[in-house]
Order: sequence, then C-alpha cells, then structure tokens
Amino acid sequence: MLKLIQDTLTSQVHTLWLVFKHAFVKADTVQYPEEAPYMSPRWRGRIILSRDPDGEERCVACNLCACACPVDCIALQKAEDEDGRWYPEFFRINFSRCIMCGFCEEACPTNAIQLTPDFEMAEYVRQDMVWEKEDLLINGTGKYHDYNFYRVAGKSIKGKDKGEALNEAEPVNVRSLLP
Amino acid sequence: MNWEVGSGLNIGVILLTVIIVAAMLIWVERRLLSLWQERLGPNRVGPFGLLQVVADMIKIFTKEDWVPPFADKFSFVLAPAIIMVAILLSFAVVPFAPGVGVIDSNIGVLFVLAMASIGAYSVMLAGLSSDNKYALLGSLRAAAQMISYEVFMGVSLLGVVALSGSFNLREIVLAQADGWYVIPQFIGFVIFLIAGIAESHRLPFDIPEAEQEICAGYHTEYSGMKFGMFFVGEYLGLVLISSLITVLFFGGWMGPEFLPPIIWFVIKSFIFIAFFILLRAAIPRPRYDQLMSYGWLFLLPLSLLNLLVTGAIILST
Amino acid sequence: MSLLFYLAAFVAVISTVAVILQTNVVHALIYLILSLLSVAVIFYVLGSPFAAVLEAIVYAGAIMVLFLFVIMMLNLGQHTRDQEKKWLSLKGWILPCLLAGVLLFQLVSVLSSYDQNMAPETVGVLEVSALLFGPYVLAVELASILLLAGLISAYHLAKK
Repeated sequence: MLKLIQDTLTSQVHTLWLVFKHAFVKADTVQYPEEAPYMSPRWRGRIILSRDPDGEERCVACNLCACACPVDCIALQKAEDEDGRWYPEFFRINFSRCIMCGFCEEACPTNAIQLTPDFEMAEYVRQDMVWEKEDLLINGTGKYHDYNFYRVAGKSIKGKDKGEALNEAEPVNVRSLLP
Repeated sequence: MNWEVGSGLNIGVILLTVIIVAAMLIWVERRLLSLWQERLGPNRVGPFGLLQVVADMIKIFTKEDWVPPFADKFSFVLAPAIIMVAILLSFAVVPFAPGVGVIDSNIGVLFVLAMASIGAYSVMLAGLSSDNKYALLGSLRAAAQMISYEVFMGVSLLGVVALSGSFNLREIVLAQADGWYVIPQFIGFVIFLIAGIAESHRLPFDIPEAEQEICAGYHTEYSGMKFGMFFVGEYLGLVLISSLITVLFFGGWMGPEFLPPIIWFVIKSFIFIAFFILLRAAIPRPRYDQLMSYGWLFLLPLSLLNLLVTGAIILST
Repeated sequence: MSLLFYLAAFVAVISTVAVILQTNVVHALIYLILSLLSVAVIFYVLGSPFAAVLEAIVYAGAIMVLFLFVIMMLNLGQHTRDQEKKWLSLKGWILPCLLAGVLLFQLVSVLSSYDQNMAPETVGVLEVSALLFGPYVLAVELASILLLAGLISAYHLAKK
C-alpha cells in the first residue's frame, strides 16, 4: 500500500509535472507555407537534369540511372547528334513512382541527374506527375559547377579529338614500333 | 430577465452553454495537448483555429450516417442518444451560481449517480448491437469498468454528504463557506477524481475505446452524427465531472468578491478540465486487469476507510 | 402531479407488456429498464424521492447492467428469437390471461374502495435513514450480513 502511494507520487505525479513544464517551451512547429523550413543541399527531393558549364546537356543517355532505379520510374532513349555527342531523345521520370532514393544520382557517371531540396510536387491529375525532359532540364550546373564530362572523357566529338581532353595523353600508335 | 432557478430562460441558456462548451472542448483539448507536446495545434481555421469546431461539425454532419446491415438497428440508434440524454440530465442538478441552475433537488448527488449508471447502458448497447468483436470487447470492458468505478464514486462522495448533511448540491456548496471540502476530504477528492476519469472513460482510463488494441472499442461501427454524439457525450462527461468536483470539493461558485460567482465556477471547472487533458497528455493507459484490481483492492478499501474516519470524526465533535 | 403519475404508469404498463412480447432479448431488456425507470418516476411522484433514485441506481443501473453483461456473453442469435416466437403461441396464453384477468378485477375492486388521495407527504432521505437505523436497525444488519456472506462465497467461487 505504502509502496503504491510512493510509486504514484514519484512516477505519476512526477510525470504530470514534467509534461506540464512543457507548456513553457517554445513549440517546435514550423508554420510551413508561410515559413519555409531549412532544407539541406543534400536533401533528396525533385530530380533535375543539369547542364555542363558550356550550357550543353550533361546526360549521355547511358541508361545507368534507369538500371539503378529500384522502382523503374526512369525511361530514356539514346540518340546521337552530328557532333558525336550522345544525348537522350526523351527522358521521362514518373514521379508518382519515384521514391527519392537517390540511386540514380549515385549511378550517374556525368553528374547529369541530381536530386534537389524541392519537395513541393503535388498535382491534382496523376498524369501530371510524369515529367518529360523539358520539365527536368535546368539551365545550370546543379551541385557540381566545373565538371564537364566531354572535357575529361576520351570520347571524340566535334571540336575535340582523341587525346585533347584534360589530362589526357595523345593516343598511342599501336602499329608503330617506336615509342 | 428572470434569473431564478428553474426558469425557462435559465434552462435554455444552461443547455446551450453546456453543449457549446462541450463542442469547444474539441478545440481546447487539441490546443492544450499540442501546448504540452511542443506543437501548435489547430490554428488555421479562423483566429487561433477557433472555427475548427465549426469545420469539424460540418464534416461530421455531412458524413454518411451508416448503419451496418448486421447491426441490431433499434439499439444501435438508441445507444448514442442514451449517453447524451443521461449526461445532459445530470447537469440539471448542478448549481452553477446563485440563481443559476435547473433544479435544486434534495437528491442531487444520488441523481447524478443514477444518471451515471444509466449512461453505462449507452456503451454496452453500442457494443452489443454493433455485432463486431472489437465493439463487444470494448463494451465488456466498459461495463465492468463503469459498474466497478460507480461504487467508489458513490462511496467517495458520501464523506462530503456526511460533512454537509445534505444530498442537495446547492446546500453542499453553501456548507463550504468556511472551508472547501478538499481539505478534510482530500482522499475522497482523489478517489472521486480517479473514478470520474474512469466513469467518463477518458484517458488514461479509456480502456473501453483503446484505439491501439481494439480499434475504438464500442464505437468502431459508428459514423457520422451518431459517432459525433458519442464524441460530444465524452466531452459533456468531462465537463460534468469537472463541475461536480468544483461543486463538491472546491466550493462551487464561492470566491473573492471581485469576480461574479459564475466566473469563479467557470474558472475552477476549467482548471479541472485542463487537468484532465494534462492527464491525457502525460499518463499511459494501464492494463485492463490492473485497472480492475487497482479499483477493487485499493480504491474501495480506501474509500470505505475514508468514510469510516469521516463518520467517526463527525460523531466525536 | 396526477397527470405525471398516470403518464408514468401508462409507460410502465406498456413497457412491461413489451418485455413479455418482445422476442429479441436485448430489446426486452431495454423495455424492462424503461419499466423500472417509469416505476422510479411513480415513486417520485408519490413523494418518495429516495426510493425513486435507489430504484434507478440499484435496479436500472446495476442489476440490469449485469443482466446485459450476461446476455453479451451468451451469443444469442436468430435461433433464440425463433424459439421465443414458438413459445409465444396463442394456445399457451389463454388460461394465464384469464387467471390474470381475475386477479386484475380483484385488484381494481380493492383499490377503488380506498380513498384516492394523490397528495401524500414527501418522505425525504433523512426520514428513511432515521427509520432504517432506528427501529429497523436489526433488519439492516441482518441484510448486510447476508450480503457479506454472498460476497465471500462469490469470491470463493471465483477463486476456484
């Protein structure tokens, strides 16, 4: 009996007092539409396609993002322009399936596909959740400002032949006997 | 204006006020809970979210009022009406202030107890007529809990009745002119408080409607305004228990002169309503058998002992 | 007051008849509670508020709740309803009705010979308690010992 009373006082009444003290603590709530919450730059939100510093599309339509995607929400088709650059003919992300896991960003060899701190993507029509390339493509470099895939890669395009890329040696003539 | 006890105007105003206060408690409870949980609570509809009640009412009135085809329709419809009627009738004997009240009955305390026991039918019939195993479990628990706790509720009140020498709630208030009964009857007050929570099945004693175990218990099958009546009935019970505690143990409308009596009554009652909400915010639900054994093995002997000692002291002085 | 009395008596009679005729047990029980409550109103009108409230608390509030509790456990369904319907055949009713009619006639004739004073004095809580703990204290104590014995034996049976 005494133990019960003691427990009541030390446990229940103490709990009540502790909870009551919370009345004088400022609320943690962020009043969202008026007050924007802080979003970290590495937040995994809406997916974009970035451009390289020269203003060309970074995406080379390698399909690695589509392979990495666990919910199969990315669809694209490779095409090649007259310069020899590869680019996606269409690039489609179904955001009603996307789970914002960021695997596509991890898989991307050219830093083209990136996740942004934007999450306000609600739509009234479900079909509007499917974003095409023109919706995804931005006029900027995203998180990686200096990277330009074709400038470091060995692939020859118009205006940059093999061996002219950054830190790239001249191609070795394998048929010659001299070094 | 005719402010006499029992005048038509008086009855109408009390009825309306009580129902409106019970409806507003939806908002008050959510705001207070969020205050104690470091949130903001509903603040979008109208100033401070006050119109949230109106929005909730519109929602609950326009919802489909569905009666399950397997339910016993007669008792299914009757059940929510019983709890509303029983609790509203209990307000008839509560003296709010001098001249404010519906009736000054000589059997006021007993009448409240009688109405509380009638209210138990509401939950039992609701669970039984729903023909749903969760509802049945909920109403079984409700029945056992309410019958048991009615006993201690009655016994804990008898100390106050013995001190004041009357079952009339107004006379009980007047008898507290030289000192509130909470001081001589502190054990009675604590037991009445606990039994009151169990009687209105509020958290932490909401075992009959435990969402986590039996998904809302006896009102699992209810929707629309029938559910709304249970909901408002619960808040009405909360108001009733708070005002009864005020009347029986805290001197009713008595207080320093600078405020009118009715304001004192409202302030005191509101403190207890807030305390009930704090209990909800802080204390977890006990297990069912713990609740029953706590009641029968601890509260009942304690309340009997309290009554015995009170009687002995009254006789010796 | 006499209007209230007749109204309550009317409700009591109708609901009691409904208790007998109702085949659904739960509905019958609701009518029984209604009948007890109307009897409580009659007590009140006849000047015994204490008895009225006790009727509501003890009979309607506690005992009938236990009945309902048991019904909840029994899982009564359509088959019990059919059984009840079978029992309510006209043939089994004729003789009891006739005998009850004789009793009713006697009751009415006895009651009509009394003077019908409908305004008795009110018997408050204080008078009832003074009587209970004054001249009838032995009966109260005996009843409480009986209840205690019942309590202990119920506890013993439940422990087994």
